[in-house]
Amino acid sequence: MTTPSNDSGAGLLRLHPDGTASRGSRILGIVVLVGSVLFLYVALVASKPDESLDAMGQLVRIMYVHVPAAIACYLAFFVTAVASAMYLWKRTTGWDALAASSAEIGVVFTALTLLTGSIWGHTTWGTWWEWDPRLTSTALMFVLYIGYLALRRAIIDPVSRAKQSAILGIIAFANVPIVHYSVDWWRSLHQTATVASLDPQIDGLRLFALFLGMILAMLLYAWLLLHRFRLEFASQALEAKGLDYALQERRAEGRADAAEVAATAAPALDAEEVR
Amino acid sequence: MPDAPASDLLPRESILRDAALVMGKDLRIERHSKVTLGQLLPFALLVLILFAFALDPDRRILEEATPGLFWLAVLFSMLLAIQRAFSVETADGVIDALRLSDLDPAGIFLGKAAGIGLHLLVLEAALLVGVTVLYGTTPHGWLLLAATMLTATAGLAAAGSLYGVLAAGLRVRDTLLPILMLPVVAPVLIAGTEAFTAAYEQSSGEGWRWCGLLAVFAALYVVIGIFAFEPLLEES
Amino acid sequence: MDAVVRFRAAVCLLGRFPALAGVDLDVAPGEIVLLQGPNGAGKTTLLRACAGLVPVTEGEATVLGVDLVADRRPVRPLVGVLGHRTGLYDDLSVAENVRFWSRAGRSRVADADAALARLGLDGRLADVPVAMLSAGQRRRTALAILVARRPRLWLLDEPHAALDQDGRDLVDRLMTDAVGAGATVLFASHELDRARAVAHRTVTVAGGTVSGLLDGAVAAPAAEPAGEVPVA
Repeated sequence: MTTPSNDSGAGLLRLHPDGTASRGSRILGIVVLVGSVLFLYVALVASKPDESLDAMGQLVRIMYVHVPAAIACYLAFFVTAVASAMYLWKRTTGWDALAASSAEIGVVFTALTLLTGSIWGHTTWGTWWEWDPRLTSTALMFVLYIGYLALRRAIIDPVSRAKQSAILGIIAFANVPIVHYSVDWWRSLHQTATVASLDPQIDGLRLFALFLGMILAMLLYAWLLLHRFRLEFASQALEAKGLDYALQERRAEGRADAAEVAATAAPALDAEEVR
Repeated sequence: MPDAPASDLLPRESILRDAALVMGKDLRIERHSKVTLGQLLPFALLVLILFAFALDPDRRILEEATPGLFWLAVLFSMLLAIQRAFSVETADGVIDALRLSDLDPAGIFLGKAAGIGLHLLVLEAALLVGVTVLYGTTPHGWLLLAATMLTATAGLAAAGSLYGVLAAGLRVRDTLLPILMLPVVAPVLIAGTEAFTAAYEQSSGEGWRWCGLLAVFAALYVVIGIFAFEPLLEES
Repeated sequence: MDAVVRFRAAVCLLGRFPALAGVDLDVAPGEIVLLQGPNGAGKTTLLRACAGLVPVTEGEATVLGVDLVADRRPVRPLVGVLGHRTGLYDDLSVAENVRFWSRAGRSRVADADAALARLGLDGRLADVPVAMLSAGQRRRTALAILVARRPRLWLLDEPHAALDQDGRDLVDRLMTDAVGAGATVLFASHELDRARAVAHRTVTVAGGTVSGLLDGAVAAPAAEPAGEVPVA
């Protein structure tokens, strides 16, 4: 059983009574906020919509959310895989908390990716889903990591949960390239001529908006991760603390029971001594 | 008469010997209980029949979709086969006995996978007969068909043994196993369908490439299983 | 001679619950030690910990020279466990179960057949599927596997339960024979009269701890009346 380090100073593993915020996370939060304003301006106002499409052209702007969200979700699951490997190596609860938090945020970003991808697709294809290879493998990945979260919920023992989900976290990520490759190859054989790909022409300001979006998504992911991780770490520390109380209670129960057993055993003792 | 403690335990033999022991045990269980033959086989054929109800026995649709429907039926049967293979191990404290025994966990993994694989192959053979009869398709490209079935089954059995032991100890294992496994084996469904399509249409070229993908998948999961089975067995 | 079991302040967790909250225990070679105590006291967990099935998270725990805190797996081939659950495959017959588990446990087939005979399972019962046996007959089958294994440490959790009079006498004989041949026995039981007759020493388990002295000597201080019952 590892006791988490309680350094109240700077650093990721803070357990501050006031909450999960810190100077670092506040700075990060402000950067994200300012960046979002700038991003929204560039994305919604400054950059021009895709002229090749008609009135739906404005909705193409959703690409600025879709692609960054996709980047963020892959980053999140990569972090989960690495944190899982680190947990199996170091066996400290911090790595397990990091893996779980990152997976949760990753699932949220994946849902966002699917939603925005579907909307964007609607502008291009007129239907909500066209089995585009990237979206399809993203949908599979979504279910995969929901399974990861379901597994975590199903195991009560914290050490057992950490070990099993760490193994799953690594294997799940190893599956991602296989799924991608096979779905991609599959669709490349069956793509009909009428289905266009999801990539419009991007240049100039639009490219800048996209890059800004990607950086922003990664920063937002980091900010969310910081808070979620601290929450998870604190709740695991609470569980560990609860253990100390449980130990005390158990020992007290033991003393009471032992006295009871002694009382019932005493007559037997006399009988033994007579023999 | 006195049973002196065995300080001379038999020497640790190979992983393969342990695997053979476990596989033999599973086959013996099947011989007594006949779950695969008596329940999974009818289930697989039932799935084929249900597909016909769902897709309107206009034979054109069923004929065209035969490869995909075949592998879908295999996947659904696989889920049941894995549940069965591991429910046997979680009953009555058997899993503790496995940990206490001197069996190498990698050997247990290979043995379970081999047993599951063998049962799946029997189901696939029956399904092949099923689709030929029920959907009116004629199999061609036997070599490709056989190679596809072998590699795909190896991958399904290996992945299934890994996820099976992961889910085995959980109360919610019956609902958790499908959502863990199906995204993972989706590539097998895709590859198996494409390879079978190529075989049926006698345009085998692409089919062998898909077969190669199946072989890579199987190799990957056999290797992962050999290493990951022990810690998962401990935690079940 | 080195103690077969040596626990100092050992803590075992089941999930978040401290099943063992600091156990001190010594068992010398050739002893038959009885664990007594109320339900939920931790007797089963203590036995499982000795078998290397439950991780010891704090304290010291050494069984047959194996440090359980560092790596508990090497102790498993050296012990034999009779638990609450039988550890048998329901679909296989008695003989198939005993032979499989013997081969899995590196025992010789000859030992397996001898054990079947010893437990009275080599006749008509040998080919009966375990699912069709009574609870007592299943217990006997599990005992046969244990006997065939010839472990250095026997860990029995309520061995007399579900057995008839003959079965219980057989268990007592098996325990004394095992010790006679050099093994050690640690068992939990609620059948205190019968158990105390065969045990060399009794240890009380309550609330995840052990009360009573370490080395089995008769208690001198009056404050500790419980636990130590010398066998005549």
